[in-house]
Amino acid sequence: MSLTDMYNIALMQGFAGLSLFAVLLLMGLGLAIIFGQMGVINMAHGEFMAIGAYTIFLFSTLTQNYLPDAMQAYFPFAICVAFVIAFIVGWFVEWALIRHLYKRPLDTLLATWGLSLGMQQMFRSTFGPKEVSPTLPDWLMGSWAPSEGLDIPINGMFVLALTALVTGLVMLALYKSRWGLRVRATVSNRVMANAIGINTKKTDRLTFAIGCGIAGVAGAAFTTIGSTGPTSGQLYIVDSFLVVTFGGAASLLGTVVSAFGIAQTQSISEFFMTGSMAKVLTLSLIVLILMMRPQGLFASKVRR
Amino acid sequence: MDSLKALIKRYQLGSLLLLTLLLVVVLPLTLDIFRLNLVGKYLCYAFVAVGLVMVWGYGGVLSLGQGVFFGLGGYAMAMFLKLEASDPESTKIQSTPGIPDFMDWNQITSLPAFWVPFKSLPLALLAVVLVPMALAWLISFAMFKRRVGGVYFAIITQAVALICTVLIIGQQGYTGGVNGMTDLKTMLGWDTRTDSAKYILYFLSAGLLIASILLCMWIQKSKLGTLLLAMRDKEDRVRFSGYDVAMFKVFVFCLAAALSAIGGAMFTLQVGFMSPSFVGIVPSIEMVIFAAVGGRMSLVGAVYGALLVNFGKTYFSETAPDLWLFLMAALFIGVVLAFPNGLAGLYESHIKPWIARRLAARKAGATPRTPAAPTPPAPPASPMSGSAPPAAPAQA
Repeated sequence: MSLTDMYNIALMQGFAGLSLFAVLLLMGLGLAIIFGQMGVINMAHGEFMAIGAYTIFLFSTLTQNYLPDAMQAYFPFAICVAFVIAFIVGWFVEWALIRHLYKRPLDTLLATWGLSLGMQQMFRSTFGPKEVSPTLPDWLMGSWAPSEGLDIPINGMFVLALTALVTGLVMLALYKSRWGLRVRATVSNRVMANAIGINTKKTDRLTFAIGCGIAGVAGAAFTTIGSTGPTSGQLYIVDSFLVVTFGGAASLLGTVVSAFGIAQTQSISEFFMTGSMAKVLTLSLIVLILMMRPQGLFASKVRR
Repeated sequence: MDSLKALIKRYQLGSLLLLTLLLVVVLPLTLDIFRLNLVGKYLCYAFVAVGLVMVWGYGGVLSLGQGVFFGLGGYAMAMFLKLEASDPESTKIQSTPGIPDFMDWNQITSLPAFWVPFKSLPLALLAVVLVPMALAWLISFAMFKRRVGGVYFAIITQAVALICTVLIIGQQGYTGGVNGMTDLKTMLGWDTRTDSAKYILYFLSAGLLIASILLCMWIQKSKLGTLLLAMRDKEDRVRFSGYDVAMFKVFVFCLAAALSAIGGAMFTLQVGFMSPSFVGIVPSIEMVIFAAVGGRMSLVGAVYGALLVNFGKTYFSETAPDLWLFLMAALFIGVVLAFPNGLAGLYESHIKPWIARRLAARKAGATPRTPAAPTPPAPPASPMSGSAPPAAPAQA
């Protein structure tokens, strides 16, 4: 094995870690808003991702059947629709369920778990119990080979780029927009925010819906990597919660850093042991660190 | 007789007596052995539900990892039974006789050290209770001493459940992997698959369950129970009164873990196998719903909750599997939004006043005013059902 081979392997390994980082961050972003900012434990977060994934599947099937010429272009459009659908469902769920439970976080957990079971069965009844995967446009397939022996998968780069875009937008929205200002005001002092004329109920609903929409985008992006089944959402839920909790619930930057740390630990340890043992090691490390430092990596300095 | 009545009334044992009657007399007389074995299986989940009433209803700590303790107890029992089932004589076709078959399939040539204690029944029985308690102590001590509770505790226990499943499935050679431990036949030469053994095991679980409920009732009535309630409602005030809040929580969490583990061990004995499908996140949250449906504050209600939900699960997954998840979803949401106190709460708020009204009406000798109250499927304490004849008005 020559030096360039080693270099290439290191590069590809590093990229594998990076794309896992993108996946984890994208999973965690929606939850960082819903759980981190609002404190709502949304156990149906994975199912909102599945909504996004199934939207892509639906679009790819429809395009294939009725508009085969548009196959190359449907994907970005479908991602936007995934956001909108997940947003609408989230809006409705907040209105029907979550708003009654803001004072009882543990009950929210049970209710949203029930919601997730119902959504799973709905997916199963609509799309069948089998895993599905959409037909992807050609430009998302294959890999990019800048030099001999170096293969970088394009779908990984796509997810990475999308993650960067969504993270940037969320940061911008949270720290520069009127909505972000209202959200932060509501989070830090609900009564005072109400008193100065912020409609906190409306803010809550919008925030929850936006978090769900981002989950939809995440699910849509994951169709480029794997297939989607009725219970896929359940696979993501613990990871998403750990990413957000580990980073320090109220800190968006913490979510980014913790996703990076978890992804690198996992992908580096996968190099030395089996995948499942790497997962056990990573999760145990997170749990141990959380036991030592329950507030997470980046604790907010807000007095509660 | 009167003193006995007073005793029952004083310790509110009426509902427990009714449950005992149902479990020990009515069900064994009316159900065939196949159905009774199913009920026995459900009773194992009732152990978990009773533990959850203590830790969640009384302690205010929601654990989403009870499946881990259920599984650890079950696996400890299964390891003993598996070792007995794989004596050198019956495993002589293996390349290494005398070790469990799944180890042989995974090219393990000698019994791992942590399996050795499970050759003896007393040690295995000790492990059933002590191993889960040790794990529970480790988790809860680290968390509660740092005053982490509520949501974060729930998430951490859930992560522990995930770690355990991945570990069990990944370490196939030591744990049997996805299939778990199967073909468990005898305990100390006693065949656990015969009908008579199933009867004995059923009565053993029912007896243990009632004993556990009695223990928990005793704890609730003691000062400790009062402190737990006080902590749940105003933790800081209890702390400022000079109590070490964390250790009470650790105690009640370990108690719940031990109860779950006993349930798991009885489960293994009655069903004859143990697998990771009872350990993970989904079964662990399902166990919470047993306690929630029964009423998170009621020990006896939790047993009815476990029986009803599991009966529903068995019934619907046979007849209409598509419907079951929707029903389960409705249960979760309904129990949170509409009936936060579950069946026991419905009994307290609807049936008990109704019975009291009927009793009062009968005492007064008048016809009951509103006889058409709806009767939810709660434990009907029914000296009155169907009776109360419209006696002639006394004044007439």
